[in-house]
Amino acid sequence: MILGLVSLCAPLGDSCLARGMSHVPPITLVHPASLIAAVFTPWIALGIALLIGFFASYLTALSWADLTFVLPATGLGNVVIALLSRFWLHEAISLERWAGIVLITVGVGFVAQGPSLTERPAVEAPVFAESEEPAILLEEEQVR
Amino acid sequence: MTIPFPVPQIGFLAAAAMIAAVVLTSTTGEVLTAAAMKSIGDLDEIRARSGMRGAIRAVLTCPLFFAGVSFLALAFFALLLALNYLPVSLVAPASASLTLVTNAIAGKLFLHENVDRRRWISAVLVCAGVYLLANGRL
Repeated sequence: MILGLVSLCAPLGDSCLARGMSHVPPITLVHPASLIAAVFTPWIALGIALLIGFFASYLTALSWADLTFVLPATGLGNVVIALLSRFWLHEAISLERWAGIVLITVGVGFVAQGPSLTERPAVEAPVFAESEEPAILLEEEQVR
Repeated sequence: MTIPFPVPQIGFLAAAAMIAAVVLTSTTGEVLTAAAMKSIGDLDEIRARSGMRGAIRAVLTCPLFFAGVSFLALAFFALLLALNYLPVSLVAPASASLTLVTNAIAGKLFLHENVDRRRWISAVLVCAGVYLLANGRL
């Protein structure tokens, strides 16, 4: 759940910021007030809120799971944004990018099968609703 | 796949140093932040015990957390600097994917995490996937 939020909030926040920033006039350091005004634009405010949400969920995840467990999961954000652009914005995705999506999904599925924290018996591995994980070597033994 | 090369006026070494600076500062930031969160303890439990305000206070009173965030901010500025000289199609995928591998190494070395075969394979797969996704043809 928390890891799902991590991988959803980051790309959505970035997209909102990008969308918001493309609608404001160029900002220069000569007029720093224009930067403050930009923060209150709806899309940019939404982007910042989503990124704060991302950071809060990321910190929560890090408080009960290893860094090497959480970081690959954040890679799912790239998959989310690619799939959003494919099915929402109807952009074409090249074969290379589909290969990237498959690699990330397999990689995240792979790490999610293992324990999330060192020196503790396996806590429940989070289930990623958005990833169609292929059959991942369940017989693979955990090497400690 | 076409491999993007740095713009001519920047040498290969300078380009590599800029990307290395992004990767190193970002890895240091991630490791310090992770160490800070481990030292604070399970945030869900803290929140259950002393509410959201208590959880926020626990994070904001941890010096290690600020060290981590400072390095993450440095990484952001290093990224901006690199983007001044190098194409985004090189900097974004290279820094995003390399960071995953350096974090796995740093996690094992400094946080003494159990980076087993499963996690190595996962880090390499996600690293390759991020590179393909960020750098692949449109």
